[in-house]
Amino acid sequence: MSDPRIAGASVTHFGKHPERTGRDLFAEAGLEALSQSGIDPDDAEALYYGNFMGELAEHQGHQGPLMAEAIGLDVPATRVEAACASAGTAVREAVKTIRNGEAEVVVVGGAERMTNIGTAAATDALAIAADDLYEVRAGMTFPGAYALMARSYFDQYGGSHEDLAHIAVKNHEHALVNEHAQIQKEITVEDATEAPTIASPLGLYDSCPITDGAAAAVLTTESYAEEHDLDAPVAITGTGQGGDNLALQDRPHLAQTPAADKAAEEAYEDAGVGPDDVDFAEVHDCFTIAEVFAIESLGFYERGEGIAAARNGETTRDGDRPINLSGGLKAKGHPVGATGVAQLATVAWLLDGSHPRADAVPDSTVGVAHNAGGTVASTTVHVMEVQE
Amino acid sequence: MTESAQDGEYDAWLDSIESDDGYYLECSNGHGWLPPRRVCPRCHDQDLSEVGLPESGEIASHTTITVPTPQFEDDAPYVTAIADFGPVSVTGLVRDVDPEDVATGDVVGIDVGERVTTGERAVVFRPR
Repeated sequence: MSDPRIAGASVTHFGKHPERTGRDLFAEAGLEALSQSGIDPDDAEALYYGNFMGELAEHQGHQGPLMAEAIGLDVPATRVEAACASAGTAVREAVKTIRNGEAEVVVVGGAERMTNIGTAAATDALAIAADDLYEVRAGMTFPGAYALMARSYFDQYGGSHEDLAHIAVKNHEHALVNEHAQIQKEITVEDATEAPTIASPLGLYDSCPITDGAAAAVLTTESYAEEHDLDAPVAITGTGQGGDNLALQDRPHLAQTPAADKAAEEAYEDAGVGPDDVDFAEVHDCFTIAEVFAIESLGFYERGEGIAAARNGETTRDGDRPINLSGGLKAKGHPVGATGVAQLATVAWLLDGSHPRADAVPDSTVGVAHNAGGTVASTTVHVMEVQE
Repeated sequence: MTESAQDGEYDAWLDSIESDDGYYLECSNGHGWLPPRRVCPRCHDQDLSEVGLPESGEIASHTTITVPTPQFEDDAPYVTAIADFGPVSVTGLVRDVDPEDVATGDVVGIDVGERVTTGERAVVFRPR
């Protein structure tokens, strides 16, 4: 079994691209990733592609073969859908395909076009990741669902909107040098706490933006990389996935994310590492409270202690364990079906020193990507390590 | 205008709430769920029976939503909450109370109301 090497990765600029189709966005990311990898596209044997709302936003289903065609590949191509964890789940399929010897070169990616349908329709489209009968029909929106989880966290463990504001401030600051980021704007705690409310207690700056964008990566085996003299020092050494009841009302806890606990446990065991070995992580902060759930599920903090991590400076770029050096979904943007692969690319670039925030983690060897779908009913965790 | 199809046991469940005969499904091990269910996701038991829903529940968490989906455009701002009714929890809209006054732990009854925007039925909680 060979742990897949990341031979090339690319993300488009995340933001508003009203004139660009999903296939054009993915073509940009996919062709650049293939070019960077130095691999002959004829050697690619499969494509796994993440996308969530293509039917609603572009009236386009069956996007697997469409996107293979867009990057010039004639390979089996599969669209993977797990809400906002679509791309993380696609990565997991790619990892398994390489590990089980089915292929030596696999392209993995994702794309989402969201801004063309406007805020109201995008809010509606995102909401269908929740339980239609019991949540959407009771007025649940995505911010609303995380607001219910945030209030429950505050009730159970303490914490405040001001604590969440520090997470937003941190991630905005991290994104300032990320040219791919949708928002490159510094904010203050006061900006965040005084911003208009979307779903109490969450406000505008607690929420990631609606985003267009794509990401792609080329994975290969260690032997292929050696044989073709590729520069591919980063390997995916651990993969994990967990699930939970779809509807919040059916879960024993509103203030914990057990799907992420399970994914992290599986990924750590697979890689043979633990939370203390991890130098940094890119986590799914679709809302500020989601970063708290993520760093607790990843084992970096005990329950109830993650809320103060940003305020205490522990997860900032000069802290002990930086979180979301890219700016996270919060500032980098969240083109839903692309996010998991964008996280993979970011971790690889931070480990190989090519990311503009790599100076924050100069000697790092282990990074983690945490990608959550819906209200964390699906989660993938991937461990990446620099190989000797 | 074509009449919408019924959503099976979900609409039957709303009917039961409307006629003050609300119920939930309980497996042999006491786990509660709302319909439709064929199996208890927690213990795999397929012996599910209808049990009367308690008359009142307690708000476990709530939010006032100001940025709605188009289906709730004229409802906003509105309160969505999860309320515990013993072995089962239910998500619904909180009515007949100022959103600012809704609090965790509030005791509510369950009813069926109409969405302002579309007129469609929705689960509604009212203070008790």
